[in-house]
Amino acid sequence: MSAATQARHWYWQRISAMVLAACVLVHLVTIVYAVRSGLSGEALLARTRGSVAFAVFYTMFVLACAVHVPIGLARIAEEWLGWRERASALAARAVALAIVAMGLRAVYAMVFA
Amino acid sequence: MSTLRVSIWRGRDDGRFVTYEVPRQASQTVLDVVTHVQRHVDPSLSYRFACRVGMCGSCAMTVNGVARWTCRTHVSKVVDGKSSNRGGVPVSRPAPMATSDAGDAAVDGTTEGSDGDGGSLTIAPLANLPVIKDLVTDMREFFDKWARAKGQFKGASTRQDDFARVMPASPQRRLADAGIECIGCGVCYASCDVVAWRPDFAGPAALNRAWTLVNDVRDVQQPQRLRAVAGDAGCHACHTQGSCTERCPKQLAPTAAIAGLKRATARAAMRGKL
Repeated sequence: MSAATQARHWYWQRISAMVLAACVLVHLVTIVYAVRSGLSGEALLARTRGSVAFAVFYTMFVLACAVHVPIGLARIAEEWLGWRERASALAARAVALAIVAMGLRAVYAMVFA
Repeated sequence: MSTLRVSIWRGRDDGRFVTYEVPRQASQTVLDVVTHVQRHVDPSLSYRFACRVGMCGSCAMTVNGVARWTCRTHVSKVVDGKSSNRGGVPVSRPAPMATSDAGDAAVDGTTEGSDGDGGSLTIAPLANLPVIKDLVTDMREFFDKWARAKGQFKGASTRQDDFARVMPASPQRRLADAGIECIGCGVCYASCDVVAWRPDFAGPAALNRAWTLVNDVRDVQQPQRLRAVAGDAGCHACHTQGSCTERCPKQLAPTAAIAGLKRATARAAMRGKL
């Protein structure tokens, strides 16, 4: 991996970490608040269905995870498991796609399904 | 007079520790202990030192498992065993000195209950560097990494030009000042876990040096330097564990310097200039 790519990865991981810090905070506060009006499937969907704010927020959350997590996992695979760079890069892309697919599917199910 | 049991590494990488007995002295440094062994017990002991006042950076060793500059490390601060903090407050010594130099008291013979146990020290060469002999390490790779990280200043002015004027209060000068007092002792390099598991990593000292030059407004090889310090062998391998900053005898913060390099290289990369 070139030095420029490494530097860009560091940049994107730093930016995504900032987004995640805010998202996790909002997420936790929302959970604590939402618990008060019930955690049943019906209660949750009643709050989230049709909510554009929910969709925008969690889409951003999912995308930040999809950027942040694979970069970190690739480094761990290389440093702790001794994976080659090519293998870790491929695995990281697969993880990124999986996060995007599963995350956006969940968002769709909560808001539009 | 109490004696200190000192285990010193002898030989090369496949050597062993040999134990010597050294008289404890007042205000004795670890370098004094090694010097005593060489001058009075075994003249074949090899070690490096020069200035003895914390300027030259040549006497760093691993003392009781921790990399330190030995000329400025008092035995009383690092010695293992009960005498290190023995209740040996000499009758005639002022209280403030007595608390910090309790171990020295036994040497003076003024300590009640001195039983000859001056504690023990284990002295080894610096880690992460090949051993040449005994306490002497091969520093070539350490300094070669400074060179590879573009640790050389290169200006554009000639002797006919006027002096460059760099305001002491300017942000860049302050950042350079923060790391400029490095004496190249290798303590940070020996304390760095990343160097241990990734031998091509430039290490804290080389990157700290590069960061001082990144902030030198007179230097003309900034793009090359940022390219040299980015990537796996450079600042991006650092895990920000902070051992270098904790152990630096000059209280510098290579961790902060490396973080600065990460920001600078990221800015350059995002602008397509890396």
